[in-house]
Amino acid sequence: MNLKPETLSKIYEVITHYPVKRSATLPLLHLIQEEVGYIPEDAITWIAAKLELEPINVYEVVTFYPMFRRQPIGRRHIKVCRTLSCALLGGYKTCETFEKEFNTHRGEVSPDGEVTVDFVECLASCGTAPVVLIDDELHEKVDCVKAKQIADQIKAEAKKR
Amino acid sequence: MPAPEQRRIIFQHIDEPGYSNDLACYVKHGGYEVLKQALTRQPQELIDEVKKSGLRGRGGAGFPCGVKWGLVDRKSGKPIYLIVNADESEPGTFKDRYIIHQDPHQLIEGTMISCFANNVQQAYIYIRGEFPHGARILETALAEARAAGFVGQNICGTNYSCDIFVHRGAGAYICGEETGLIESLEGKRANPRIKPPYFPAVLGLYQCPTIVNNVETLCHVKYIAEHGGEAFAKIGTPNNTGTRVFCVSGHVQRPGYYEFPAGTITLGQLLNEVCGGPLPGRTFKAVIPGGSSAKILRFGERFKGKRKVGADLVDYDWGVEDVPMDFDSLGMIGTMGGSGGVIVMDDSVNMVEALANINAFYSHESCGQCTPCREGSLWMKKITTRMVHGQARAEDAALLKGVADQIPGRTICAFGEACSWPTQSFIAKFGDEFKQYPETKKTKAADSRVLV
Repeated sequence: MNLKPETLSKIYEVITHYPVKRSATLPLLHLIQEEVGYIPEDAITWIAAKLELEPINVYEVVTFYPMFRRQPIGRRHIKVCRTLSCALLGGYKTCETFEKEFNTHRGEVSPDGEVTVDFVECLASCGTAPVVLIDDELHEKVDCVKAKQIADQIKAEAKKR
Repeated sequence: MPAPEQRRIIFQHIDEPGYSNDLACYVKHGGYEVLKQALTRQPQELIDEVKKSGLRGRGGAGFPCGVKWGLVDRKSGKPIYLIVNADESEPGTFKDRYIIHQDPHQLIEGTMISCFANNVQQAYIYIRGEFPHGARILETALAEARAAGFVGQNICGTNYSCDIFVHRGAGAYICGEETGLIESLEGKRANPRIKPPYFPAVLGLYQCPTIVNNVETLCHVKYIAEHGGEAFAKIGTPNNTGTRVFCVSGHVQRPGYYEFPAGTITLGQLLNEVCGGPLPGRTFKAVIPGGSSAKILRFGERFKGKRKVGADLVDYDWGVEDVPMDFDSLGMIGTMGGSGGVIVMDDSVNMVEALANINAFYSHESCGQCTPCREGSLWMKKITTRMVHGQARAEDAALLKGVADQIPGRTICAFGEACSWPTQSFIAKFGDEFKQYPETKKTKAADSRVLV
């Protein structure tokens, strides 16, 4: 693994938070995914070695938790809440709007590589439904009109690059 | 009867103009004074105050906090851990989000007081992965508190030391279950543990005695340490003490979070007055009063029975609107107060479709270790999804009920109950809609709302 020095220092720091090294499995996966964008095969063996585990111990964690992914995604990650309160206020239409705007399907990278649109379960902001988490930023009351505005903004930012 | 006034204890500073989530602001508002004062007392005194307060856990089960603390094995010689359950994963619940984002030091102070009371030297805040911002806010707040001597070595100059670290989850609902959470914190799949015989209070994190408390519960502990257990018990109603934060979502005019003395507000007052009633031109049809796994209530149904008021047994005859929002009353009418997440559905919603949405959630979130839950939640999802998108049959309701009835009581954790209660209650209360669904589909508008 070729990780940035900042990521490495965060990794060494977080391992000290626990009396048992194995507890650092999730934090290490988060840190590596934040830098690499997904969990590559060598990350699993690398973490296992770091934490004195078998690779299967890390692999089983990666496959259990929905937030860890084994494939690269688009530059931006659009996660639309699918669960009841958001769905009652049009979450499915919101998701469809993003799919249409970026010419993609949920779970796939858009053809221009700009976004991945995903349907996710409850984001715990049901009072401002429908909600969308884009990378780390929560967007509230995202109806179709607002979804279109957000999509336009993402496209404009992509053009500038 | 008009709704009572809100009484904001936990949410006192939420959305207050000018209130920020940094230490300086918190201290300016009297922050960490309660901790300083608590450190001068005997830990047992603090535990007794919490017992006296009658505080019940705000995460879902409503288990008395003082009893939970009382079960901790203090003789084993092993370290005692405290874990803050900030997983907030029950659909319909969004109270902890605001505490974490806007008032993180309140949580840290409540946690430190609880740690001191229970002789804990290491605590973790297990925060759901979907709160990346919240995790950073907590880390910043902890760094501030550590630098100021409120967390870490020799807290407030005493010889008591305790550190708190933030641990992020990664999108699994089951991590809200306390033993699943512990497994996850140990770096494993969040498969809940078999209990009894051993509860986390005896064998928890790293096989050491462990306390797992909800974010809101720990904030209440801070209030109890400040004002005393008796003062806390005077708020609300007997056995349902303190305030309760209700999170209202779905089809009301003003969804949001509202804090009231427990048991003093009825569901009707909450939805009609506080939340402004149904959307224009609509009527309420159904409500889930305590997070998506709580059994659904149908507007128009009535609940009759006897209940204890003081020493007397009195008859009650309630419509959905008349039910007081407390653990016991909601329990009596066959549902639960749970996590305080109230999901409202109006007459535009088809119940088969709403259930299909919920079933898709539980099927996605089952950890998979118990067959009845893994297979049952999957088949309930498959059947309801088929009803909506494929062929619906008149006998599907009976089929669904048959699957749901075989899950509860046959699983390691309460997820089995949680995933079967929606199906059981939807069919019990809206069986006619399930039977009519094959016909309903034929007349459905093409652009109608999609729920699954």
